[in-house]
Amino acid sequence: MADLSGMRFAETHEWITKDGETATVGITEYAQSQLGDVIYLELPAVGQQLDAGARLGVIESVKAASDLYSPVGGEVTEVNQELKDHPEYVNQDPYGKGWIIKLRAVKDNPKLLDQKAYNAFVQGQSHS
Amino acid sequence: MVVTAARTPLYEEHVRLRAQMTNFGGWVMPLQYSTIREEHRAVREAVGLFDLSHMGELRVNDESLAQRVVSRDVTRLKPGRAQYAVLCNEAGGIIDDVLVYAMPDGGYLLVVNAGNQDGDFDWIRAQGNQSASPSGGGQAGGAVLNVGREWALIGVQGPRAVGLVQRLTTAELGSVKYYAFVEGSVADVPCVISRTGYTGEDGFELFCGNAGAVRLWRALLDEGQSDGIRPAGLGARDTLRLEAGMRLYGNDMDADTNPLEAGLDWTLNLDKDFIGRDAIMRAREQGPSRLLVGFKVLDRSIPRHGYSVVGDGERVGTVTSGNVSFTLGYNIGMAYVPPALAEPGTRFGVDVRGTAAPAEVVQLPFYKRPHPK
Repeated sequence: MADLSGMRFAETHEWITKDGETATVGITEYAQSQLGDVIYLELPAVGQQLDAGARLGVIESVKAASDLYSPVGGEVTEVNQELKDHPEYVNQDPYGKGWIIKLRAVKDNPKLLDQKAYNAFVQGQSHS
Repeated sequence: MVVTAARTPLYEEHVRLRAQMTNFGGWVMPLQYSTIREEHRAVREAVGLFDLSHMGELRVNDESLAQRVVSRDVTRLKPGRAQYAVLCNEAGGIIDDVLVYAMPDGGYLLVVNAGNQDGDFDWIRAQGNQSASPSGGGQAGGAVLNVGREWALIGVQGPRAVGLVQRLTTAELGSVKYYAFVEGSVADVPCVISRTGYTGEDGFELFCGNAGAVRLWRALLDEGQSDGIRPAGLGARDTLRLEAGMRLYGNDMDADTNPLEAGLDWTLNLDKDFIGRDAIMRAREQGPSRLLVGFKVLDRSIPRHGYSVVGDGERVGTVTSGNVSFTLGYNIGMAYVPPALAEPGTRFGVDVRGTAAPAEVVQLPFYKRPHPK
């Protein structure tokens, strides 16, 4: 199990880790389990500016197409090119090689949850 | 209001196998046990096990009634054989697609879609009452039985399916042709053993009483270990049937679609009378205004039910099914398009979130299993 203690989570089921002023974004284990087999991702261009909560792309599983949202604002510096040929990495390793984009010049988003709060949020969702 | 979805006799087995469950046609059914991709591959390369107990079964004992409601000439169906057919309304719209089994006792078994089971039953019974002879006085309605909730149905599909089922029965399965069936015990459970399926692979569908379902399921799963068997859910069932070009009722056709539009001309015996025939004859004279076609997407976009087909910036049709084809490695779909766009090789766009993804009409089915050696 990945160490998630430094991560922050959005209620739209994306995670973010910060390293200096660069941030990496992916989707959570819960999100990938709900989506099932991921088969395609539509991702932003490098250089694109995203606001916190803005749609950053679309993730498609066998079941459905779902929007992805950026947990923080910033500029896209990298998208995970490996996912073009291996979208299943999002299922297999959502916190590792299934990462989705990197952002720079990110601003803090106080609405993000820590791991404990996110787990509690997911518990509440799955029982609703 | 709380609507409780019905459980098949195999519900506890699915829970034990940690399936992700979903509601479908009024039933709570396994969507997937592992991943749809793995289950799909198991069926194409080894063998998959499906709980299909949600499917409806109707007994129609009156031959003339079966003849009136089914699009095929059922009198030409030999006992021990099954046929794919449709039920139509007076306007020629498809009420359901069914498998018709000619039973050895002279009656017919209709295997119908889960969500249509009670509607089909009521409708067929009503036709029986209308057409009852003066001497019968409504008796014909009694000749229809809704037995779906008493029967379980287990699908065993894939290149290793026949060998697997053969090891569990003394019935001689080599002589059971495609779309034929025999009665016999499998793992000591009395079954109708039918060489049919909805995956594009060889295999069987096993009908048994609810009481024998768990025993049969477990025996197949145990015996199939050496074959690489996997339980497979509705997710894989959908991606498999799409590759095989098989229509899904409610997605690819409904009561507003006639069989000509749906490309199901081959299920019609227009030289006999059945409900909807006259309307279909008229539609045939006029020529269809749209046709169901298969298409492949030429980029990485994934077509979905309800997306628009576009040509010259205009909406010209509608996607009815679409997904990745795990076996072929590209994305495929079915759509209604004007006849002018229905020829294989024709190109059109599929509107995916505002962008026209290039697509090309291809012959159905997308996937045909290799011939047995």
